[in-house]
Amino acid sequence: ARGPGRGLLLALALGGLARAGGVEVEPGGAHGESGGFQVVTFKWAHVQDPYVIALWILVASLAKIGNSLSLTSPKPEDPSAEFSSPLFFFFLMMDAGYFMPNRLFFGNLGTILLYAVVGTVWNAATTGLSLYGVFLSGLMGDLQIGLLDFLLFGSLIAAVDPVAVLAVFEEVHVNEVLFIIVFGESLLNDAVTVVLYNVFESFVALGGDNVTGLDCVKGIVSFFVVSLGGTLVGVVFAFLLSLVTRFTKHVRIIEPGFVCCSLSAILAITFCGICCQKYVKANISEQSATTVRYTMKMLASSAETIIFMFLGISAVNPFIWTWNTAFVLLTLVFISVYRAIGVVLQTWLLNRYRMVQLEPIDQVVLSYGGLRGAVAFALVVLLDGDKVKEKNLFVSTTIIVVFFTVIFQGLTIKPLVQWLKVKRSEHRDPRLNEKLHGRAFDHILSAIEDISGQIGHNYLRDKWSHFDRKFLSRVLMRRSAQKSRDRILNVFHELNLKDAISYVAEGERRGSLAFIRSPSTDNVVNVDFTPRSSTVEASVSYLLRENVSAVCLDMQSLEQRRRSIRDAEDMVTHHTLQQYLYKPRQEYKHLYSRHELTPTEDEKQDREIFHRTMRKRLESFKSTKLGLNQNKKAAKLYKRERAQKRRNSSIPNGKLPMESPVQNFTIKEKDLELSDTEEPPNYDEEMSGGIEFLASVTKDTASDSPAGIDNPVFSPDETLDRSLLTRLPPWLSPGETVVPSQRARTQIPHSPGTFRRLMPFRLSSKSVDSFLQANGPEERPPAALPESTH
Amino acid sequence: MGSRSSHAAVIPDGDSIRRETGFSQASLLRLHHRFRALDRNKKGYLSRMDLQQIGALAVNPLGDRIIESFFPDGSQRVDFPGFVRVLAHFRPIEDEDTETQDPKKPEPLNSRRNKLHYAFQLYDLDRDGKISRHEMLQVLRLMVGVQVTEEQLENIADRTVQEADEDGDGAVSFVEFTKSLEKMDVEQKMSIRILK
Repeated sequence: ARGPGRGLLLALALGGLARAGGVEVEPGGAHGESGGFQVVTFKWAHVQDPYVIALWILVASLAKIGNSLSLTSPKPEDPSAEFSSPLFFFFLMMDAGYFMPNRLFFGNLGTILLYAVVGTVWNAATTGLSLYGVFLSGLMGDLQIGLLDFLLFGSLIAAVDPVAVLAVFEEVHVNEVLFIIVFGESLLNDAVTVVLYNVFESFVALGGDNVTGLDCVKGIVSFFVVSLGGTLVGVVFAFLLSLVTRFTKHVRIIEPGFVCCSLSAILAITFCGICCQKYVKANISEQSATTVRYTMKMLASSAETIIFMFLGISAVNPFIWTWNTAFVLLTLVFISVYRAIGVVLQTWLLNRYRMVQLEPIDQVVLSYGGLRGAVAFALVVLLDGDKVKEKNLFVSTTIIVVFFTVIFQGLTIKPLVQWLKVKRSEHRDPRLNEKLHGRAFDHILSAIEDISGQIGHNYLRDKWSHFDRKFLSRVLMRRSAQKSRDRILNVFHELNLKDAISYVAEGERRGSLAFIRSPSTDNVVNVDFTPRSSTVEASVSYLLRENVSAVCLDMQSLEQRRRSIRDAEDMVTHHTLQQYLYKPRQEYKHLYSRHELTPTEDEKQDREIFHRTMRKRLESFKSTKLGLNQNKKAAKLYKRERAQKRRNSSIPNGKLPMESPVQNFTIKEKDLELSDTEEPPNYDEEMSGGIEFLASVTKDTASDSPAGIDNPVFSPDETLDRSLLTRLPPWLSPGETVVPSQRARTQIPHSPGTFRRLMPFRLSSKSVDSFLQANGPEERPPAALPESTH
Repeated sequence: MGSRSSHAAVIPDGDSIRRETGFSQASLLRLHHRFRALDRNKKGYLSRMDLQQIGALAVNPLGDRIIESFFPDGSQRVDFPGFVRVLAHFRPIEDEDTETQDPKKPEPLNSRRNKLHYAFQLYDLDRDGKISRHEMLQVLRLMVGVQVTEEQLENIADRTVQEADEDGDGAVSFVEFTKSLEKMDVEQKMSIRILK
């Protein structure tokens, strides 16, 4: 799905560039010699622009697809001529900032800052000085370089590149703390590098002899001023932006424009993105938020592609190649060695204060993950050839360094990480128990982490959120947005939205959009009549075919099973478990991706679990309230579940309930008659119609449960729910929750569970009073359902 | 409970709690602060409601069972020592723990056995010391996505019980539970690094 969309987006970005970049495509055809009627005329000029753009897209896409960084162009030109716009970085940084996982980032801010600031300065200084030392020893031959040039080079080569790091670390699945440290470091050290670079560049411009001690002090001061100032500018800008979006309620169209136009220095951009994230998202409408998100991704992706494209183009440019073996090799050695040393030193320091220790393996990954990329390249290209005499040497060295780190280290880091981990546990057949309990342990652990408050910045976080709630949000957010900040309501709202979407998707998947197309067939039950064998294998393979997105990637467990042909069923069981066990947080929460927006798998999972939990809590709440005997109730519930299950178990796979031929018959009959008789007479009338309609659906599901639910946890609590439901149909009560349209409701995939899910909220809020009376004043009603304490 | 005091410096019975759980002073302070943050009405104890407020637990399939584990024997409240005692199961096992092992003292809460036992009692709802097929099925139902049919679930539950069941009573006792996981690195899997 990435291809066409991306291509289109790239087209917009590249359109201007293609022309500015001097890619002259000769008008392909002649405009025709005068005289006579021509059967065919080529009016290339008319279509030139789109075609040039298309060509670029094609080339860029191919390059992306092949993941090859060494893109060649038929006409390599001096890239420095065009590559003068730092605009590209802004897109990258803005994007990264806007999508930054805030909580983790600030939780590890200290570490990240240390690595980014001290680490980068350390890398720049040591690399520059060491190279200078070797130069003094005469190993590099005769070069027109002074100490400052070396430091300049050191500072530009010190930057770990977020683009490269992201590209690699998205593949290598490391734990989230490590990820955020590497990513945060690469993000922030860009700023440090740029500041260092500017300082040294102006020193070089001044000339080595003219630099006084005062200038050095000024440089240091400017370092702080620029970085802090940049941050400040970013924060202020974000503030303004949030404020503006608060008042653009009636002009939604311009919202995306506001968000995207805020360009400033790198740090400003990054922090602007970070700060905006929360308030802007809350303020702007759903459509605008989506637009902003995709625009960000588009701009960032294009910028990234373009940068790497220039990198490739310049790599084949014969004019800039200046080879100096000692310089190139020593640069490679120094940046690797000093990074490793720097990481070890800083980690040693950090581990004395950190709650989450950085293990030796983390350190190896940290040092090895020091990829240089587009930032270094762009900086070196931007050097002024007049002032820096050996610019070409710097450029070619940088290109080699980038290629080496991105290609060699980038390719080897994954095996390295795997090897380091595998070394601990030898491979063997996982047993069912181990798999299940292991996953359970993961869940337990993450729950305990949540209860114990995890990272340990709670105090500050609490204070901040207090401040945030009291002042910032009040100023920056719309009142409606403030209200909807109630997290649980938000979640619920989103879940309902997604439910609605999935109804339609489910209908499409089943090949019947009848409920969308024709209003007369509202009550038609969509059951797939294709007979299917009821074996487990069949149903699993059916599921597999359907859930292409959830394809099990852990082929290993499959493979092993197959080798030891123990039991075909066993394999299926393992596979099913592997695929459908809920994943613990650490595994599924993928933090940031340059190209892909939020994965939906985990949301689906969250939704499922959320509904179950709420349902269970409601259950127990009701039982306490009504004074029912818990155990009896549970037993009853279980019995009902089993009954429900018997009715439903086979349906989700498109099979008919095999146990009762009568049911089978009724459904068929209904389908044949297009269920005109089933239609409630006056369900269009608002109040009574709604109730009756619902009642009929309930009856329906109780008798033959057409759409079926897979898991009885979702099954309706028939007695209690129905009575409450009839009293208060969900769509008649006020509130923002999304209720699926009536038509959708008849056809919803998991019909009994799904729309009942809309109930718990209102139920609980309705019954607050009696609950309070029953349990005394100090107990809190479950109406105030969980809210994030983080 | 001293949790009404405004500063975390005072933890009642701090020393005895530390002896029992092995937490460091710093972690204990931190946990105490966390405890008071969770305790929204400054009651001095936590109710189920307090823990249910944690948003992340609502999307954790075992969240409610874990909450339940803080309230042994159906009690309605957990005080700070009880809170810490549960968390102590997840303290990483350190070298000094094994070195300074006093045979007279009871096993530390974070021993492998106790870690496993904590997990075991999450499964064993009726407290009969055995995970029955039904209990296994309930856990599976919690942990597996809705795409899996009940038929498959029962199948899986059967197999899981069979695999671990050695004496053929159709249920998994704690010994069998331990045995089925003997190759797993429970010490590492059931430890949180921050809980020192």
